[in-house]
Amino acid sequence: MPPTQESDVQPEGRTVLDARDIDRALTRISHEILERNKGSHDLVLLGIPSRGVHLAQRIAARIAEVEGTGIPVGALDITMYRDDLRLRPARTLSPTDIPAAGIDDKIVVLVDDVLYSGRTIRAALDAMNDIGRPQAVRLAVLVDRGHRDLPIRADFVGKNLPTSTSEKVAVRLSEYDGSDSVTIL
Amino acid sequence: MKGHLLSAGDLSRDDAELILTTAEEMRSLADRPIKKLPALRGRTVVNLFFEDSTRTRMSFEAAAKRLSADVINFSAKGSSVSKGESLKDTAMTLEAMGADAVVVRHWASGAAYNLAHAGWSRSTVVNAGDGTHEHPTQALLDAFTMVRHLGPLDGRRVAIVGDVLHSRVARSNALLLQTLGAEVTLVAPPTLLPYGVETWGVETGYDIDAVLPKADVVMMLRVQRERMTDSYFPSTREYSRRYGLDARRMGALQDHTIVMHPGPMVRGMEITADVADSDRSVIVEQVTNGVAVRMAVLYLLLGGSEPALGGAENVQSGTDGTGTTTEETNA
Repeated sequence: MPPTQESDVQPEGRTVLDARDIDRALTRISHEILERNKGSHDLVLLGIPSRGVHLAQRIAARIAEVEGTGIPVGALDITMYRDDLRLRPARTLSPTDIPAAGIDDKIVVLVDDVLYSGRTIRAALDAMNDIGRPQAVRLAVLVDRGHRDLPIRADFVGKNLPTSTSEKVAVRLSEYDGSDSVTIL
Repeated sequence: MKGHLLSAGDLSRDDAELILTTAEEMRSLADRPIKKLPALRGRTVVNLFFEDSTRTRMSFEAAAKRLSADVINFSAKGSSVSKGESLKDTAMTLEAMGADAVVVRHWASGAAYNLAHAGWSRSTVVNAGDGTHEHPTQALLDAFTMVRHLGPLDGRRVAIVGDVLHSRVARSNALLLQTLGAEVTLVAPPTLLPYGVETWGVETGYDIDAVLPKADVVMMLRVQRERMTDSYFPSTREYSRRYGLDARRMGALQDHTIVMHPGPMVRGMEITADVADSDRSVIVEQVTNGVAVRMAVLYLLLGGSEPALGGAENVQSGTDGTGTTTEETNA
């Protein structure tokens, strides 16, 4: 388990990505997704709440710009599939919003802000199992900070960020936090 | 100390709103191919019913099963209770079986409180109706249904009409709806208003026609003949003429007003068939919403290491397992 982290007030510490860096990383990820998939056909983006959903929406907007057609975007809440559900007080659920066409036989790209232990992604794979059977599942993250507990890797990475386990990575997005930044605390 | 759901009055506004937003997520499960969530895997929920109930027991059973809990149904008929076993002995038996939660319906007011506080068992207790006292999950599903149709309940007017005296639904609704900011008016013949109703903080009236045009919600209650040991009104016909909701009275309602009934209905008594089957009636939807609301209650009481309801502040911040700092606001 990652060490317990407390929510903080202001971004202090070292900024590793600013708004323009995040912008460029998401643009590159969008192109990589399209390149790998040879276009936008059958693509579905599912963001993991809260910040993953906003990232998924940004990536979808860039893909729409490039391809000229929109792709389905949704949200996948993993709260009830967490392996530490029993270790903490019952958590508030976030919305799950699966696009109307579903995920059966689609190429699902899971989108999250930070890849760390890999446990969130394992939970997301379990959650998806109850919703449908995608043709393939890919993973896009803004930051990969290493220290995996499970055999999981990302297909599309905004930035690989070597960290120590005692550090914290804070991702801020304008939709949620007022401004865009990634900082190490 | 385990959390329980014994009275709608125990819920703070935050608690109630947390249940309602959680229920909203639970309800979306009904549209999925696999109507199952893993949150209560390995937990045991006992439905302990000392009084007949079909819809409440089925609703709790469906809720617990959709959360992957193991469900044991215990009804007093044909059980050791009919052989003279007391509530205490039954409770201790359930404790020995390892029940994590007991959903209790009992003919005696206060039975759920006793079960929770007498020290007979360590299970979480959910009150599914105790005598003429309370039925908190019914009030929650009613509030959930109202919010879905009307939005936030602040300043909304809810008329609860009928046998208030014997109705645990009326009491729980009066408590919860006031917590959520609604104005409640109870309408009943003087004989069917409970002693001490003036301390509930609600308005009361005897004239349904004076209340209907202003109401945003009209909730009709069944006349509970099985609890009546006295004659409270001259005849069924007079009751239904003075307090029944028929098409003529429905015509006096505002366009957005919804008609509710906790069930079971006695058509032709407190509500006519054409009203019960009209577009305004959300009675069938109440049943659907009941499962979602009960899932939310069971999840929030049993899903984590400690209940998310009842005083203990909800932990909203903390690790989300990805190594990000989170500042979650209540979604």
